[in-house]
Amino acid sequence: MDLQEFLRMGGYAGYVWSAYGLTLVVLLLNWRAARRHEAQEQLNARRRSTAE
Amino acid sequence: MWLWIHKFGSPPHAYRLLGKLAPWFGWSSLALIAIASYWGLVLAPRDYQQGDAFRILYVHAPSAWMSMFIYVAMAVAAGIGMIWRIKLAHAAAAACAPIGASFTFLALATGSIWGKPMWGTWWVWDARLTSELILLFLYLGYMALRSSFDDPQRADRASAVLALVGVINVPIIHYSVEWWTTLHQPASVTKLDKPSIAIEMLYPLFLMIIAFQLYFGWAISRRLRGEILRRERNAKWLQEAA
Repeated sequence: MDLQEFLRMGGYAGYVWSAYGLTLVVLLLNWRAARRHEAQEQLNARRRSTAE
Repeated sequence: MWLWIHKFGSPPHAYRLLGKLAPWFGWSSLALIAIASYWGLVLAPRDYQQGDAFRILYVHAPSAWMSMFIYVAMAVAAGIGMIWRIKLAHAAAAACAPIGASFTFLALATGSIWGKPMWGTWWVWDARLTSELILLFLYLGYMALRSSFDDPQRADRASAVLALVGVINVPIIHYSVEWWTTLHQPASVTKLDKPSIAIEMLYPLFLMIIAFQLYFGWAISRRLRGEILRRERNAKWLQEAA
């Protein structure tokens, strides 16, 4: 199968790729937010334990 | 059994267990998302009516499924927290909300992108779309309500009531395509008789649903660990762990 044809998605390229792209972006943002949330709380916990 | 629940329900044990599980969830979901995307975009046959636009199904339907699944999980966790007064259950419910809201947003957005070429419109106020939009507002309302309390225990109780009342919306979303005349197509997979979709088109869909479930497993592990740290701020074990 040739790449050009694949990227064209039978004329629906804009719709198909934006749907998949958006999904990827939202999953990545969620990934980062969850990591940050955990890291931030770990930092807070460490600060509290050293403060005492 | 009770011993097991007690052990798992103890924050230090849960914290360590989630930390061990998270990488397994993370890597397996990443691998499955890659495989399911390749399968859905390349290997699956083109739909004879919708052409290649039907491939949006492989991100839309799993997102919609997750949006409802996570809401039910959140309501069950909130209910357990209310009835047995288990702090960890409340923490799990709180951790569900942002993940569920993301999948609800994705279901709406990818549905809209799919609707444009197929129905000729981005949005229509029909029963399926409206009830899914209400689900998004339920998640956002739940998060806003939580953040309006300083005391986590009061936030737990108030938000649990909202989560439990809102669960009525989930069957409404599911049956909306049968109860009302809608533009949205009726269920083609979750039917009691045979699914009305070709089996080659179905494999990548199931794979993507499993991949999203694993992703949820990863995200809930991370977020729940954060919640445990925040709630157990004065516990002895935490000071040792940190």
